[in-house]
Order: sequence, then C-alpha cells, then structure tokens
Amino acid sequence: MLRIADRTFNSRLLTGSGKYASGKIMAESLAASGSEIVTVAIKRIQFGKQEDAILSHLDRSRCLLLPNTSGVRDAKEAVFAAQMAREALGTHWLKLEIHPDPKWLMPDPIETLYACEQLANLGFTVLPYIHADPVLAKRLESAGAAAVMPLGAPIGSNLGLRTRDFVQIIIEQAQIPVIVDAGLGSPAHAAEAMELGADAVLINTALATAANPVAMGHAFKLAVEAGRLAFESGLPAANFSAQSSSPLTSFLD
Amino acid sequence: MSFLQVLHNYQWDAISAAIQAKTGREVEIALQRAVRGQISLTDFQALISPAARPHLETMARLAHQQTLRRFGRTVQLFAPLYVSNECHNICTYCGFSVNNKIPRKILSEAELLREVGILKKQNFDHLLLVSGESNRKVGIPYFEKALRLCRPYFANLSMEVQPLQTDEYARLRESGLSAVLVYQETYNSEDYRKHHLKGRKADFNYRVETPDRLGRAGMPKIGLGALYGLEDWRVDSFFVALHLDYLERAYWQSRYSLSFPRLRPHAGGLEPKVEMTDRDLAQTICAFRLFRNEVEISLSTREAPRFRDHAMHLGVTTMSAGAKTNPGGYFDAEENHDNSSLEQFHVSDERPSPQVVAALRAQGYEPVWKDWDASYDSSARQQAAA
Repeated sequence: MLRIADRTFNSRLLTGSGKYASGKIMAESLAASGSEIVTVAIKRIQFGKQEDAILSHLDRSRCLLLPNTSGVRDAKEAVFAAQMAREALGTHWLKLEIHPDPKWLMPDPIETLYACEQLANLGFTVLPYIHADPVLAKRLESAGAAAVMPLGAPIGSNLGLRTRDFVQIIIEQAQIPVIVDAGLGSPAHAAEAMELGADAVLINTALATAANPVAMGHAFKLAVEAGRLAFESGLPAANFSAQSSSPLTSFLD
Repeated sequence: MSFLQVLHNYQWDAISAAIQAKTGREVEIALQRAVRGQISLTDFQALISPAARPHLETMARLAHQQTLRRFGRTVQLFAPLYVSNECHNICTYCGFSVNNKIPRKILSEAELLREVGILKKQNFDHLLLVSGESNRKVGIPYFEKALRLCRPYFANLSMEVQPLQTDEYARLRESGLSAVLVYQETYNSEDYRKHHLKGRKADFNYRVETPDRLGRAGMPKIGLGALYGLEDWRVDSFFVALHLDYLERAYWQSRYSLSFPRLRPHAGGLEPKVEMTDRDLAQTICAFRLFRNEVEISLSTREAPRFRDHAMHLGVTTMSAGAKTNPGGYFDAEENHDNSSLEQFHVSDERPSPQVVAALRAQGYEPVWKDWDASYDSSARQQAAA
C-alpha cells in the first residue's frame, strides 16, 4: 500500500491527463493502468463548464484528482492558482510545479520551496515536482511536503532514469514518499525506478502518445507492480568478481 | 544589447549563398544531429535548402515524432478578433494601408462585446486581438479597455497590434495580456524599406527590436514570423531561426510561437519575390520543428483546409478556426452582411469552427480550448485582492 498524507492507495502508478487524442481514450488508458491518482493541469480545466474536456472523463470516486500548477512561473502565481483550484475543485491536494523555463520545464527550486512552505501552512497536501536534488528534498520535507517528486529526466523526454544516483540518495534519506516523475519513457524505466525503492512513479507522455495507450496502460501497471515486488523481495547484488585462475592473494595462504 | 547587434553580424547575400550551396550530405548530417538534439543554425540552413527537398518525407516523420512527444495528440484553438482597420502605414502587401480607400472601423465597447458573445458560443477560450497601426485612435487606452472587457470571458488574451514600448507592454500585462505576436515581415532591411513606404512601421530597427522589448517586459509568450515570399523565404526563415535562438537565450522565461503567413500570387495583389509553395511551407514547418522541439507553431486560416488538416503531423500545434479578418466580422457573418471588402487578407479555410474541430478529431487529435488560466495573470490577483 502506498500511503501519502492521510490516504492509502493500492496502485503505485500516478498518471497525467495531457496529450491524449480524446477524453475517451484517456479514460480507458487510465483504467487499464489501475492508477488511483491522476494529475490535471489547472490551466486545462474549464472551470464552471458542465462538460469539461478532461474532468468529465475522470471518475473521482475511483481515483484522486491531483490538480497541478503547470504553467505558473513563481511562488506567488502558484499559491494563487492553488487556492483558486482548491475552491473550484474541492480538494486540498496539489502537485506543485513551478517551471519558469518554458523550454525544458525545469523546476525552480527556490520558488518551489517558498511556495511549499506557504501552501503547507494554508492546509494543502503538497507534492512538489523537483530536480533530483537530495538537499532540496530534505528542505521540502521540513517545509511540510507530503511527498517529493524528483524528475528522472526532462518532462516528455522519454529518456529514462538519468538521475538514478541522486534519486537513490533521496530515497535513502526520505521520511516521506518519493515519487519519480517525468522522463520515464517505457515500462522498463518505471520498473527500474521501483526496483530502486521509489514509492511510486508518475507517467504521462509515454502512455498518452503510445500507439495503443490502453494496452500501454496495462504494461505500465505490470511493470510498476513487478518493480515494487522485486524491491520488496530483496534484489541480489550484481556480481562482478571474475574467478581468476591464479588469485592475486593466494600467496597469503 | 538587442537583436540588432546580432543581426549586424550576418550578411543577407552570404546567408542566401550558403543555403543554396548546401548538399544532400549536409542535409543528412543535419537530420542526424536533429535526432540527437544537437541541431545548429548551420544545420537549419541545410534543412530549408533546396538540397533538403528529396528528404521531406524523412523530415516530416522526425518532426511528427518530436511534436507528438512534446504536445501529444492535441491542437490548441484560438480566434482572432479584429478590433480596428484604422492604419497610418502604407505597406505594399496589406489591405489596411492608409492609401486604400476603404471604410474604416473601430469597434465600440458594445460591438466588441457582441463579437465576444459570438466567439464564446463557439467555445473559444483563447483570444487574439488584432488591429492596424493607429496610436492616436487605437492606442494604449483603447487596448487596456478592450483587454479588461474581454478578460472575464477568456482564459488567455493575446495581441497582434503595432509595436509598443517596454513600459506599455508591462501596463497591458496588468490588464491580462499574456502574449504578443509581432512579425518582422522581412529581415532584409533594404527590401523592408521598399515595402513599408510610410508610417511608423517604416522604421526597421524599431520593429526588429520589439521582441527584445517584450522580453524585458516579461511577456509570457512572444510570437515571431515573417511574411514569407515578400523576400526569399529561405533566407527570411533562417533569420527567424536566428532571432528565436537569440531570444531564447536572452529571455529564457518567455515561451515562443512561430507563424507562417505567406504571400500568395493572386490577381491584382503584390506578387511574391520568391514563391513559397505548399511543399516549401511543409519543409519550413518541419525544419523549425526539428530546430526547436518545444516551440509553438501556429497556422492561420490563410491556408486551405487540405493543408491545415494534415499540418499537425508536420509540427503545427495551434490553429485559428472560423476566423473573420475584418472588424465586426463575426457579427456581420451572423447577420449576413457582406463586409469581406474590409478583410485584411482573404481566408482560405472558411469552414466554421465545428467543422475544423471535426476534421481534427478525424485525424485523431483532441482540440484544446483552454491551456492557460486567468489566475496566472497578475490582473486576476489584483482583482482578488481588491
């Protein structure tokens, strides 16, 4: 079971809702993935509209809606957008994303820490998207973050777990869940993060832009489960010691 | 420092010669570097060169892959709203030129809101305000009023009007403006003078430095482009790429958007110097997508339905639909008044927006109406505080 703040989840696969060819395909893909936490960009939500292009396809009784602040550029904008979304959507859960750089969408560590402190004080359950920076992860933990979401690689890049060594340090030190977000481009990448001990992963581009997003949803579900099971089962260490025919230390015998 | 200093390091004729001299081998190298994400301005020259023509299908496949990864199967929709055709410039290619004897019209508040009402019925949430250049009649006070009137109805407001000063852009930001499009028409300063005979637009340097002023004003999105065909479109597209490359480094917190208005040969109109065919336009769009994976690429209703219905596969991410290019055009169309004589340019894709949406869906693409939130603009925070 994955526990974040006061909620528990059976699935360790978080998903996004962007880039899908239609709301119907998104709904089917998410159902196949078994995901119980779906993030939606506040900027995409048509507040006050009956038939929202995304929300009308999400079953909120089955999965937690996690609004995100994608598109804001500083803490001030993030806090304002979060408060508006909380009121309109009736949830205090928030994926905090502040990327002032629209090219690589790299998270701003300074503004993110600042916003996280304020939002946690305002009663939000905050999941900040960050670079794989172990010190920042600890600082956010102290600031009241409910989980940290370090990136594996730039958003949408499908490059895989390029930040592996730093994510490992974050996992080792964390007292809150670590969710690897961004850059995971295949089920193998997701399994790798889970084997490393990540509490969960978030996938969007690799699912939404797959040739068959529904089958791919199932593939990610299996990969995340397999990776977690492998982590819990205690992976044997890789063995690099070649058996030399004349050992270098045999003269000591 | 502005782009003007960068521009002085490049000679038009030398760039033209370099593009013409590119070989098939150089195109192949450029494509390999595009795949590795290491594409340079020299590679871009190869991709827009005649030597790249036989590689168009490969370029399109790569461009499609990269667009899909960044934008998914979505196309963002917006509507232009022409607020005025008053103009003090004489430009050889434009229907709004001051020497054209056409009725001039500036929308009143009531007329503006009538247009807004029609666009809201069609689902539009991103609005582009457009005007001719008349600082006296349609200047900052008018734009401020128009933006504040439109603000409650749209998630995102952008403008395509005369170039303004940095502090003026900052003022309009406060009224909810979050994107400005300003096309250079041509980066060839001599040719620019030939086509801009009178009015403030005749000042090449002032226009070419406009994106710098936008960057300094912290505008979230800046749109670039040229009127392709006015001069050699290959050379102009290189200068757009150079401009984009410079701006991205200088104003890294702004997003960029590219458009591809092209001058088409038609009876009575200005003939293009170098015609940009459909195939050339496709090549240019693909070249820009391979040059920058994340740049927004916008295609207007100047282009025909057949091209527009396939353009998302080449790299296009944003489109207008059902557009009217005369002030009050949406109301006139509903009431069956024919005011097409007031159009700035002729629309080729005349389909109403629901038909454009259906065509997108038929291609397996989701129309995105809203991709910004008013709460991201400081005007909303001020209102909430008040």
